[in-house]
Amino acid sequence: MDARRMSRAVPRVRQVGFFTPNTPAQQPQPQSAAPSSESPPLSDSPASNSLSPVMIPPPRHLSDNLGGRTAAVPVPGRENSGELPTVGSYNPSESVLWLDSPPRSRIGDEELSEGAESSLGWYRRSDSAKFASSLPSGGFNLSTAKHPDSVAAVEAKNPLPEQSEAQKEQASSSKPLKAKTTKAERRALQESQRAAKAASRAEANKSGTPGGAPSSKPMKQPPQKKDGPPVASSIAASERIGVDRSVEKERKKDLPPPRKQFDDESRGGRAKRRSVLNQPEARNRVELFRHLPPHKNGTQLPYLGSKFFELHEKHPAVYKVGLQYLAGDLSGGNARCIAMLQAFQEAIRDYSTPPEKTLTRDLTSKIGGFVSFLIECRPLSMSMGNAIRFLKSRIARLPLTLSESEAKTTLCSDIDRFINEKIVLADKVILRHAATKIRDGDVLLTYGSSCVVEMILLYAHELGKQFRVVVVDSHPMLEGQKLLRRLLVKGLSCTYTQLNAISYVMHKVTRVFLGASSIFSNGTVYSTVGTASVAMVAHAFRVPVLVCCEAYKFHERVQLDSICFNELGDPDAISKVPGRVDVNYLDNLTDKQKENLELLNLKYDATPSDYISVIVTDYGMIPPTSVPVIVRGYRKEYLLI
Amino acid sequence: MDFQVVVLAGGNSKNLTPLVSKELPKPLLPVANCPVLNYVLHQLEQSNLKDLIVVVEGEDAALLVGAWISGTFIDRLHVEIAAVPEDIGTAGALRAISHHLTAKDILVVSGDLVSDVPPGALAATHRRHDAAVTTMLCSIPVSGPLESGSSGGKDKAKKLGRYNIIGLDPSKQFLLHIATGAEIEKDARISKRILHAVGQMEMRSDLMDAHMYAFKRSVLQEVLDVKDTFQSLKEDVLPYLVRSQLKSEALLNRTPQGEENSNEKVSSQNNQAFISRILANASTPSFHGIYSENPDGSSSTRKTHKCCVYIASSSSYCVRLNSIQAFMDINRDVTGDADHLLSPNNIIGPSPKLGTKTTVGPNCRLGEGSEMGDKCQVKRSIIGRHCRIGSHVKVVNSVVMNHVTIGDGCIIQGSVICSNVQLQERVELKDCQVGAGFVVTAGSEYKAESLAKKEK
Repeated sequence: MDARRMSRAVPRVRQVGFFTPNTPAQQPQPQSAAPSSESPPLSDSPASNSLSPVMIPPPRHLSDNLGGRTAAVPVPGRENSGELPTVGSYNPSESVLWLDSPPRSRIGDEELSEGAESSLGWYRRSDSAKFASSLPSGGFNLSTAKHPDSVAAVEAKNPLPEQSEAQKEQASSSKPLKAKTTKAERRALQESQRAAKAASRAEANKSGTPGGAPSSKPMKQPPQKKDGPPVASSIAASERIGVDRSVEKERKKDLPPPRKQFDDESRGGRAKRRSVLNQPEARNRVELFRHLPPHKNGTQLPYLGSKFFELHEKHPAVYKVGLQYLAGDLSGGNARCIAMLQAFQEAIRDYSTPPEKTLTRDLTSKIGGFVSFLIECRPLSMSMGNAIRFLKSRIARLPLTLSESEAKTTLCSDIDRFINEKIVLADKVILRHAATKIRDGDVLLTYGSSCVVEMILLYAHELGKQFRVVVVDSHPMLEGQKLLRRLLVKGLSCTYTQLNAISYVMHKVTRVFLGASSIFSNGTVYSTVGTASVAMVAHAFRVPVLVCCEAYKFHERVQLDSICFNELGDPDAISKVPGRVDVNYLDNLTDKQKENLELLNLKYDATPSDYISVIVTDYGMIPPTSVPVIVRGYRKEYLLI
Repeated sequence: MDFQVVVLAGGNSKNLTPLVSKELPKPLLPVANCPVLNYVLHQLEQSNLKDLIVVVEGEDAALLVGAWISGTFIDRLHVEIAAVPEDIGTAGALRAISHHLTAKDILVVSGDLVSDVPPGALAATHRRHDAAVTTMLCSIPVSGPLESGSSGGKDKAKKLGRYNIIGLDPSKQFLLHIATGAEIEKDARISKRILHAVGQMEMRSDLMDAHMYAFKRSVLQEVLDVKDTFQSLKEDVLPYLVRSQLKSEALLNRTPQGEENSNEKVSSQNNQAFISRILANASTPSFHGIYSENPDGSSSTRKTHKCCVYIASSSSYCVRLNSIQAFMDINRDVTGDADHLLSPNNIIGPSPKLGTKTTVGPNCRLGEGSEMGDKCQVKRSIIGRHCRIGSHVKVVNSVVMNHVTIGDGCIIQGSVICSNVQLQERVELKDCQVGAGFVVTAGSEYKAESLAKKEK
């Protein structure tokens, strides 16, 4: 009973890595040669003994999993084990995901074992616990069967090969037992099986293992179908952690949702061909961040300028905004979004449908062209992505009966409404909410220059609240100084400090107000680089962290780190200090010495939701865990506007 | 891109006498056997600017220029020729065609600019800053070895007047002060207000106004309307705009005000203000923005406009043909270092006939149909079409235009010889300019002189 409940209620992440705890228990003696030295903790860990196998904590079996695999799956497993230290150093939870997924085939197998388990739940009650725990080893065996050169080894290791075979049969026979599926479901199942089979075969060919022993394939598909979406998302998440390139590439082919910027060769190539700007060569970029689009610095400006008149298909307003992005004249999520929308508005006003085309189609492609131009100037922020999605959906939903001028005015007013409702009004609502959290005598800390936070501070000041502001800033942008100036002009009392002094000022602070570029549906806050450290320090000092963010910036993506998706800034900006000729330590390096220098200027980082007390948004003050609710509701809403 | 291009081609230039004449207005003055206007038009064409307004001083000159353009750029450019009376200056010329200007921004290019700087770069800078005026600055060209000749002293005196004193802000994006050489000699007046707002000004004398401007149309028209005494863009309009950039009169901002008034609802106006504040806060503030903020932080009441500069990189070529020295320099450079400027329609025709033992050195151009006798030497020179050159002639560092007859034994150094000139035997010319149709008698020697037919 207990086991059954577990199999239903356990969260997906744990399910994925679930089979592994048993494997060491299953392969105790013969296997001991290499992996046992790494995997002992598990076999005698109290968790595995006392609890049902499902309950074993993930970080534990992670290492075991690895050990088991290095023994069983020779080639990819070895690579992975080599990579482990790098991975582990980031975040244990990441590495769990990462480890779970690497070679594509494993995922299916894991699911299989999981599926077998869950189906087994039905007769677990009657069967012996021993049998139940041995079942997953069948799953393991299946997975290794993929790599025939290792099969023998596993077979030798596995004490109960026949038993695993038997289990397979039982599992398959158990299927009808639990199958309350409708005909349609079964059909879908079958199809997904076929697809997965084809995919795995392709992969087997690719990875060079001849005749990828697909005998066990049919079995493993049903579970995959069953919890396809969550697994896929976990894959996607791990996929983004661009650590092991070779493994990743292997997986890339058959994975539909790789969310990468320019990692993909073909996409990068296409972008290059279409691009207006020269792509700067990827020299001296930090290995881990090579997948990010390189920074287009100011040197591109004259080049783009010289093409000014040649790009006549780009509307002047859009062009101007692009130039401002590129030159860094305009920054900040809200401002960029507003500027872009206003430029689109102008472009739509000047638009006329070419003959023999429909407005809906042609305008959409036109906007697409503008957007790709803007992306070249600077990668879009999430807020802009949401706004573009809104605009495109509005265009697509235009009634065909509308005349051109009507359609244009409709779109323009839609854009106006988006700006007014989603940004201006949202900000005003946020002001009200956040101001209630400011009391007399508070010391508020903010980082960088967020326009919402600035408005909150000014608003609270207008309300007559007495408080101090600590503005924390960091190189190379020094945006905090701009904020500081405007606050001082309005008569607020401020303290200004740099990020490296954060731990000294934090103990006096009573509230931390932060802005955000985006908030993901797992509650991760994506914001200017340095925000995460501020939030972390505040958390350590038990200072509440309030993140102020308009709901249109929420994104349904799940992101765990700031590596997979980020933006690179100008590397020269950190190596040179403007206005300080005396700080020139990096100037006189020879070219050869510079070859070993890699400069990393990241623009954003991701703050885990643990460090955030509350998110102040236009729907009220919510905990970070409630973000998905708003993302879902909001998406529905803006499609219906 | 919502830009309108005006090419100020000019007409007869006093600086260039005796090279230009009624028959040969300045725009058609051949540089390496190709009218100087061609360089500008070719470059605009390459930048995909095909609708141009070419302003020519004088009806006759306009006819000549128009005929040449329609012959050369047929089907490629859409050019309107506007004839304006002579001696009304560049500002006057723009004023005369003001009613033709409709686009948001106007690009004004001088017709005598020989440059490879793309006009788009200027336009992009203009747009990016939303400036009232953007001007292109280029480094002052180095005059060649020719200058060290005997005419050096005279030329230098002239050149001093050509220099600009230019004040830039530390980011080298805004123009804070501009003065031509003549004014500097008296004294330079720098606006205290501007200096105060910027804090730091960089004075440069090694930059030259290339006479390529981008104007906001509304601003340009207002200035031309109100200040009807302004004659020259460079000497009147531009310094005026630069001087008044922090206290720009309401006239420069009339249009935005009108737009604001159209928003009747108070709430929407509030929202507009809100949005503009977000945008303003997000953008890097220039000193204009900081200045227009009142000390108490209330909304701005002072109107400003921006005067931007685009500084051409030092590797690009950019020279104005506004003196004889410049003419010589350009001729030399176009055949030498900067030969990429020569447009494809400038390819030399069928090779000229050369006599025996005649040598033609590098960096030379020979027009089609020219004939040369025996034992001639041509170095670093340009010879036009259908010239007849006798034997034992030496041509060094010179420009010989079309239909010139040169007798035997002539020596020509550093000179310009215009069309239809006849040089009889054993003429020696050094650093001379010979006007069109002049006949130099046999055996004469001239040094640093300007020879022209007397006006009848």
